[in-house]
Amino acid sequence: MLLLQSALVQSALVQAALGALPAARPTWNLALPGQLLGALGPDLLLAGGAVLLLLVAVARPESDRHQRAVGWASLGLVGLTIVAVVAYASRGALATEGPIAVDTFRWAVDIVVLIGTGCTIALSMESNPLDGILTAESHVLVLFSAAGMLLLAAARDLILVFLGIELMSVAVYILSGLDRRSERSAEAALKYFLLGAFSTGFLLYGIALVYGATGSTNLATIGEHVARYSLMYNPMLVAGVALLLIGFSFKVAAVPFHMWAPDVYEGAPTPITAFMAAAVKVAAFAAFLRIWLDAFPTVAYQWHNAIWLLAVLTMLVGNVVALRQRNLKRMLAYSSIAHAGYLLVTVVVANSLGASAFLFYLVAYTLATMGAFAVVIALGEPGERNQEIADYAGLWTVEPWLAAAMAVFMMALLGFPIAGGMGFFAKWYVIDAAIHAPHPQTVLAVILVLASVISCGYYLGVVLTMFMKPRPANAPAVRPVPTGTFLVIYLSAFTLLLFGVLPNGFVQLAHDSVPISMVGAPARAPVASAASR
Amino acid sequence: MYPLFYSFCFYLFGLIAIASALAFVTRRSPVAAALWLVNVLFCLAALYVMLDAPFIAAVQVLVYAGAIMVVFLFVVMLLNLGLPGELADARGLLAKILAGLAGIVLLAKIMSSRTAVPIESLMLRPDSLATVARIQGAVAPVAQPLFTEYLIAFEVTSILLLVAAVGAVLIGRRRAAAVEGVGAG
Repeated sequence: MLLLQSALVQSALVQAALGALPAARPTWNLALPGQLLGALGPDLLLAGGAVLLLLVAVARPESDRHQRAVGWASLGLVGLTIVAVVAYASRGALATEGPIAVDTFRWAVDIVVLIGTGCTIALSMESNPLDGILTAESHVLVLFSAAGMLLLAAARDLILVFLGIELMSVAVYILSGLDRRSERSAEAALKYFLLGAFSTGFLLYGIALVYGATGSTNLATIGEHVARYSLMYNPMLVAGVALLLIGFSFKVAAVPFHMWAPDVYEGAPTPITAFMAAAVKVAAFAAFLRIWLDAFPTVAYQWHNAIWLLAVLTMLVGNVVALRQRNLKRMLAYSSIAHAGYLLVTVVVANSLGASAFLFYLVAYTLATMGAFAVVIALGEPGERNQEIADYAGLWTVEPWLAAAMAVFMMALLGFPIAGGMGFFAKWYVIDAAIHAPHPQTVLAVILVLASVISCGYYLGVVLTMFMKPRPANAPAVRPVPTGTFLVIYLSAFTLLLFGVLPNGFVQLAHDSVPISMVGAPARAPVASAASR
Repeated sequence: MYPLFYSFCFYLFGLIAIASALAFVTRRSPVAAALWLVNVLFCLAALYVMLDAPFIAAVQVLVYAGAIMVVFLFVVMLLNLGLPGELADARGLLAKILAGLAGIVLLAKIMSSRTAVPIESLMLRPDSLATVARIQGAVAPVAQPLFTEYLIAFEVTSILLLVAAVGAVLIGRRRAAAVEGVGAG
């Protein structure tokens, strides 16, 4: 009862903070430098704080104590930034034009990204020393990467999108090569760097061609020019959009541009893998969706089939290949590819319903992914060992809570009702958005459900192994779970279950958080539809 | 500028550029070829200066001779192509003939268009950036939007470069630490 009450209070608070629409929202004029600076408040806080922490980090030689101190300070900065984002969101200001978006979509993505960043820092603080990584700068690089992600969530200008992607990626290239003892970590870093640079080339060339065709890098202006001069079939624009699509498909690891992902995810230190699977993907998707909705609404139907195919391939290939994995980290890598496919469904839908389903999905996906990787870290042995699915046999008998939490994460990723918490509703709303799109995507929804059925094979396989198989006699004893990892695991599991039981406030939030170009566009509230069924 | 000195400079840099370009395509060692290409790019920059385009000349040196050549050399080193002869099979007779033909066609096209009247739509418009640059010099028209319209992008670039530098140090120091570890062990 107490739990229910606190949940209600909490959701009401969050709703008041984020969702409540004041009668007249203040609008910002971003042509004024002061207002532009103000609109970038949380981003400046994070980036400025990261620069200061960088100075702190390099002030002393590497040691576990210093690394932890910087880690806690970084967590504090992330917390402050979340507070700033909530404060901005509660003011409900809007900016209709300019290079920076001030809208609820941006704040919602910011919060998801910052939660992922906080989890990553908490996890790497405790797992890095085990792998012999004592550099305090690693936490600062995570912060810089997060600053790039906030910029991506905000950018309404292709130049800023490019810079945000680069800032995010460059930091992660380095982070994935942090493990000095592991050859595979070096391989992951180099592979990610080379393919990342390659995909950046596509992205940049696409941006250049779009600029050449429309004469602007501002998303709103591009959309306006495409509509006004009917540039839909302009060869330069078509080529530009195609290159942009390829570039983003690389960044979000959509099939057939996913080849780099499993090796990189497996080789990188586990907290960084979680960061890549959750936060990096979230931010890249947010920018992708915003570009698609703002700049190319008139072009979207031409590309409908291409993205449709990408979504179907990504869902099917990701899930089918994940079935064959024996290593949990690699399995989660393929599962994250499959989830990119589910998210692509919302891009196919490309309306405000899709955008809110997208946001809800991001929250559930980020929490479940972070939690699952946190369990992998808690049970992992130094040197990336003890990560096979078989190593989890009989976990229930020795660590019942850990096994239960892992089961929640697997169920959430699968989209199982009740036990999977928010994961079920996340998938529900994506399917709902697909079916209620202006051009109903029934086939896509059916394929999504089929893909989820395939994913039962490996998600439930992990649960079965943990609960039904006997613990092998030579299994290593489970170390006590350190505080940060403990918090990440149980808070994510708790949040997933809580909003799985009481999703309405959260759904309303996601529904209110739409990109600025969608504000005022009529959309059916998902809450009402869920209640009516 | 004195016409005689002008033509002297033009022919000087032009001939160096052509000679370097020939050396670039005939060297067998990729590293030597890449360095000859740097020479070509520098000469082109000098020619841009003579064409009243100092900004493009500076960008030519920074971007082409600086950044892009570094990437070329990076790839050469990464693929370990430093030894001469390893790339020889990439340049067969057919490729040479085709490249020669393409060069001749290009040359003929340039020669034929020497006397042609410029196309109207390619002429400088009075409001274009290039016209402004001719009147005010190149720095102001480039700097003004950079520090007003693109200020955020400019500042984000500085953070991006900072991150890249920190990363380079981190990875470089990582090697040193690893070597130390080996030495101690």
